[in-house]
Amino acid sequence: MDVLTLARVQFAFTIAFHYLFPPLSIGLGLILVIMEGAFLKTGKAVYHQMARYWTRVFGLIFAIGVATGIVMEFEFGTNWATYSRYVGDVFGSALAAEGIFAFFLESGFLALLLFGWDRVGPKLHFFSTCMVALGAHFSAVWIIVANSWQQTPAGYHLVGQGGATRAEITDFWGMVFNPSSMDRLEHTVCGAWQAGAWMVVSVSAWYLLKGRHLEFARRSLQIGLAVALISSSIQLVTGHESAIGVGRNQPAKLAAFEALYKTGPASLYLFGWVDEKGQQVRFGLEVPRMLSYLIYGDPNQPVTGLDAFAPGDRPPVNLVFQMYHAMVAIGGGLIALALFSTVQWWRGKLFEQRWLLMLLVASVLGPQLANQLGWASAEVGRQPWIVYGLLRTSDALSKVVGSGAIVSSLILFSAVYALLFAVFVFLLNHKIQHGPEEPDLVPLEPFSQEPRADV
Amino acid sequence: MSDLPLLNVIWYMLVGILFTGYAILDGFDLGVGSLHLFTKSDDERRLMLNSIGPVWDGNEVWLVTGGGALFAAFPVVYATVFSGFYMAFMLLLVALIFRGVAIEFRSKLPMPWWRQMWDIGFSAGSVLSALLIGVAIGNIASGVPLDAQHEFAGSFFGLLKPYPLLVGVTTVALFAMHGGIYAVMKTEGELHDKLRSWAQRCIVVFVLLYVTVSVATFLYVPHMTDVLRNYPWLFIIVVANILAIANIPRALRRGNDFHAFLSSCAAMLALMTLFGIGMFPNMVRSLPNPEHSLTLVNAASSQKTLVIMLIVAVIGIPLVLTYTFIIYRIFRGKVKISPLSY
Ligand code: HDD
Ligand code: HEM
Ligand code: HEM
Repeated sequence: MDVLTLARVQFAFTIAFHYLFPPLSIGLGLILVIMEGAFLKTGKAVYHQMARYWTRVFGLIFAIGVATGIVMEFEFGTNWATYSRYVGDVFGSALAAEGIFAFFLESGFLALLLFGWDRVGPKLHFFSTCMVALGAHFSAVWIIVANSWQQTPAGYHLVGQGGATRAEITDFWGMVFNPSSMDRLEHTVCGAWQAGAWMVVSVSAWYLLKGRHLEFARRSLQIGLAVALISSSIQLVTGHESAIGVGRNQPAKLAAFEALYKTGPASLYLFGWVDEKGQQVRFGLEVPRMLSYLIYGDPNQPVTGLDAFAPGDRPPVNLVFQMYHAMVAIGGGLIALALFSTVQWWRGKLFEQRWLLMLLVASVLGPQLANQLGWASAEVGRQPWIVYGLLRTSDALSKVVGSGAIVSSLILFSAVYALLFAVFVFLLNHKIQHGPEEPDLVPLEPFSQEPRADV
Repeated sequence: MSDLPLLNVIWYMLVGILFTGYAILDGFDLGVGSLHLFTKSDDERRLMLNSIGPVWDGNEVWLVTGGGALFAAFPVVYATVFSGFYMAFMLLLVALIFRGVAIEFRSKLPMPWWRQMWDIGFSAGSVLSALLIGVAIGNIASGVPLDAQHEFAGSFFGLLKPYPLLVGVTTVALFAMHGGIYAVMKTEGELHDKLRSWAQRCIVVFVLLYVTVSVATFLYVPHMTDVLRNYPWLFIIVVANILAIANIPRALRRGNDFHAFLSSCAAMLALMTLFGIGMFPNMVRSLPNPEHSLTLVNAASSQKTLVIMLIVAVIGIPLVLTYTFIIYRIFRGKVKISPLSY
């Protein structure tokens, strides 16, 4: 393999691995706030037990998120030095803001969240939980801004020539609110909420199936399912918004999402297989003119197809098509599952249907897969550009890094991450098997000392 | 200095402050890590981990933010150094990963082999991180080959010359001393006494190495000391550094552990300042072609970005310092083993 492919594989592998954990932290962060808030409000011991249990899970996930995130911070410089010089002016500020505003907040208050139960009062502890959740959301903000800028550059001008060209900021807020950042932020954060929510749902459903920790499991399931229902619905709306934005700003990507080769009124495929040579979709199920309608609100409006782009400016079509459609299918499935389970709950039948509980146990995989597939569609769909329309991925490499070095680091990280992942799954499973601690029903001093707000 | 753009100088200092913050704060975590395997019983090891438990992650954020600030303010330095030192940084990342996850993983299962395995990961990760950080500093101080496009023109093994390695070993000793003093401050009883004697030994080792590095710097890396020859009053920093180091054993002997720790922090501050003024206005010195060096002018972002970043820093840094201070206050005092701890 050439250096370019290796560098891309190495980067994709390390970021995809990092992205297994942050969505869980963001989503669980929100759920911890809800659980601890419920405890402060009602004073019910079970909420305290829930907050303690999920905090421990959070700590484990967070540790790996941090360890793998440090790698990302430096990989722009190691793998993509030319890109780093090109975008440093713009991209660096978002990354630095992330450090100052998000990571310090999160890691600082995490200390109180994990170790502060017996040192601070309940309100301060709750405040720390809120700050940790806020910090997790902030990290998403700045990194999505940075990534969205490379998808839809704005608020910059180019200086220098040839190999020394660089983008410089002219308008900071224009850079921050570039055309895709807000749509993508909303969509990504929703995806993160789903990751956290379905994880809580899954573990609770498993306890219910086994007939263990029933009170704990029912209430956890309730909170998890509520968050899952809300966020899976918003996911559809924000995904739709993103697709409209992609159509407007990155037409080649949208054309690849839907394998649209000819410009014209376009249909939407529910599934299919793209024959890239014959430039058509086989074995597909299409809704005629639906894409035109979804993007422009008008079934007859033409949508730009891949024929508008030189072959060298097109992303790989079938791969992007499949990944994108898989994400959308999973999204639809999760909405259906959330709705159906809520209705069954409401009718009081949720806990009797073992098949449904089993499905809920598996649900945790859905958002994880969709998150990975969504990113891969967005990033592969951006090819061959690293900064859309400005800088090609093939020009963005580190000139001084040879394939030998990348292969060694790829092997190194594969080994280390395989170990981390195995240990993570093992410990998580251990924690789940072990279940919530009974002593956690009784709050520790001084958490319990101060009079509660309104019991 | 007057002809250098003010914003660039400010950012040179701010990046320096972030990395100094990292060295002082994560320095003691890594130091505790390098002494970790000398403790034998499980309880002692748990105490060691608990002493840094609530703070190590926040300390590491100084590195993350320093990296981000370097990317934003001096992208060319970020790109050149990280691509040039590729394998060294990959190893550093792996070392930091093991150091971090080992703390979290170790306490999750009771089996002695499990704990021993992560103890080794924690300690080896800490020592290797300190060593690699020192080697990087040593290379930047002594100079590395850069071409006319400011690209690194050397090799991985070229980075392992005697001077950088010497700086690397000295950094390990410095962090071990610093971490040792921190751990003395956070523990009591038998472990406290043991740590005190280890810390004292670390001081001796560090001082010997430090003297060697200083002599080597004067002999082989004369450009780092030019500034002292040109501005002799800067010797104040050297004197302050020596006094701070000398005060450590004195304070320890008097049982004033906190003062010993503060002195150790002051010594690290002085060392980083000497490094900063020795490099100024260069950021990466090129050898053998000094005209290809990266300076705080030719490696910087636009003035507009530097202003924006300055606003970010002015808003952000006081916030960060406030809650860092509060958290250290809440977790002050000797560590004990409790149901919440590792
Ligand atoms: C739980 C995760 C999840 C689920 C169920 C969905 N998505 Fe998604 N999607 C993401 C998680 C995600 C993501 C990981 O957050 C991405 C990757 C990059 C980004 O901005 O968001 C994304 C990207 C992404 C993009 C590309 C944005 C770009 O390239 O800038 C579009 C058009 C959609 N999504 C549309 C949808 C639709 C119509 C869905 C149907 C319900 C859907 N997504 C479900
Ligand atoms: C928000 C922060 C992110 C930034 C700034 C970012 C940036 C980049 C860059 C610079 C590349 C390499 C150049 C290229 O191949 O175009 C890349 C590739 C890639 N990234 Fe991202 N990325 C981010 C998030 C993610 C996440 C979370 C995932 C997956 C879970 C992901 C998946 C990929 C994949 C699969 C590639 C390879 C695409 C290809 O080479 O065809 N990215 N990204
Ligand atoms: C390539 C781009 C990325 C870089 C450079 C990056 C960098 C980092 C770093 C350095 C950390 C550790 C911070 C600490 O020490 O506390 C981290 C953790 C984190 N990152 Fe990333 N990250 C990237 C992609 C993403 C994406 C796409 C998201 C979310 C949408 C994200 C969300 C988080 C969160 C929430 C954490 C906290 C740790 C955790 O909760 O797991 N990151 N990241």
